[in-house]
Amino acid sequence: MALGPDSPQHILRPVRLGTIAISFAVAMVLDFLPWKDLRLTPDFVALALVFWCVRQPRLVGLGIGWTLGLVIDAGNGVLLGQHALAYALLAFFAITLSRRILWFGLVQQALHVAPLLAFAEAVTALVRLAAGAEFPGWTIFVGPLIGALLWPLASVVLLAPQRRRTGPDETRAI
Amino acid sequence: MEHGPPPFFKHGPAPVVRLAFFASLSLALLVLDARFHYTEGLRNVLALVVYPLQRVATAPSELGRRIGDYFATQSALREENTQLRARLLAALQSSQRNEAAAAEGERLRRVIEAGEKLKRRSIPAEIVYAGRDPYALKVVVDKGTQQGVVPGSPVVDEGGVLGQVTRAHAFSSEVTLITDKSQAVPVQVLRSGLRAIAFGGGSSGLLELRFMAPNAEIGDGDRLVTSGIDGTYPAGLPVATVVSVERDSAHAFARVLCKPAAGVDRGRYVLVLAGETKPRPNFGSAEPRKPRRLAPRRTRRNDGARTR
Repeated sequence: MALGPDSPQHILRPVRLGTIAISFAVAMVLDFLPWKDLRLTPDFVALALVFWCVRQPRLVGLGIGWTLGLVIDAGNGVLLGQHALAYALLAFFAITLSRRILWFGLVQQALHVAPLLAFAEAVTALVRLAAGAEFPGWTIFVGPLIGALLWPLASVVLLAPQRRRTGPDETRAI
Repeated sequence: MEHGPPPFFKHGPAPVVRLAFFASLSLALLVLDARFHYTEGLRNVLALVVYPLQRVATAPSELGRRIGDYFATQSALREENTQLRARLLAALQSSQRNEAAAAEGERLRRVIEAGEKLKRRSIPAEIVYAGRDPYALKVVVDKGTQQGVVPGSPVVDEGGVLGQVTRAHAFSSEVTLITDKSQAVPVQVLRSGLRAIAFGGGSSGLLELRFMAPNAEIGDGDRLVTSGIDGTYPAGLPVATVVSVERDSAHAFARVLCKPAAGVDRGRYVLVLAGETKPRPNFGSAEPRKPRRLAPRRTRRNDGARTR
């Protein structure tokens, strides 16, 4: 298992802003795919947001989370502000937990992420219930759990652009 | 005394302060949207921003469907063609009969000096995907304000009333199904002419007639059509069939459940009935308004003369 934040055998390159932007765009496209049952679909944008808040708390935070939430609200045609509120809270707790989460391996990280995503879903549900909607059943929490299961995969994919090449470099001076 | 670290590094406001700021901003937006509907402009701008992403997301399935359509077998197409021909024949016959009846109805309405029925333009549309909100029953169709869809237009399919356009974007619109809890359709029992209002039953997929007296003349299998008295839905469209009537003396009202006639959970092609809704009657305002309108004009003219 990993020995600490960015375990010594993996020294990562600095992140590029383009990577973050593209990852959010791809997550949004995944969210907008015509899924059969939305309750069983993980929220990819929330997952990406947690990932970047944990990895780059200085770059990605509440402001970006809130804006993304607003865009998702408009795109989904739901109450304007429900995802914004949920994502702002999500970003806050992800940043608070970021130091702790990075000490664990990917599986234990996923265990931390599951309650975070479920909490964001619960915030959305509370907002909608307060606005007078009908509770769509406990299956809405299946999506966040699947999202947490996807965490190791997301970590590997999203960190890939930052990894150095492992093979020996012939042209390097030292 | 506080012994915090010296402010060497610029951090901006504390995280909790930021959280409070964004949370209150979202709550304010939520209230503005849910209560007052003031945020439509902002929503339209944001929806336009994500429209390309949505197109990208729906493109693969659309392409798959097109390819599937392309490779449809000849025998299946021929069979479908024969079926459609038979249905067209039947529809033409009933349409001819309907035309004669409509002309007669028009004449009769003219005789009794009732207002003429407005004709609606129907816009064929395709359901692109189910609504992206697990808390409401909505579908998204591929026609928007650019094609003439306006919010409030009723939407029908081959079975009957499907729902109503609740939000129209530039190239797509959201249709709230009649089974959604927030939808209500004024209906009439075809057999007895009894008027009622059908409310959506939510996830059960049924409709409910509320406030029906226990002795109301309604029974299983009764067909409900739109009554047209709300000015939104044209009269006479099939809405639902009654499936159960519970008359319990313990309750003040009978519990009537009906099954929607339209394919609320299936089907792909729908018709959006755009066009003007029926003008609401202006009770007695035509006569007394004239002098009122003239009066200010006269005073204005007098004012003008005085200033000159």
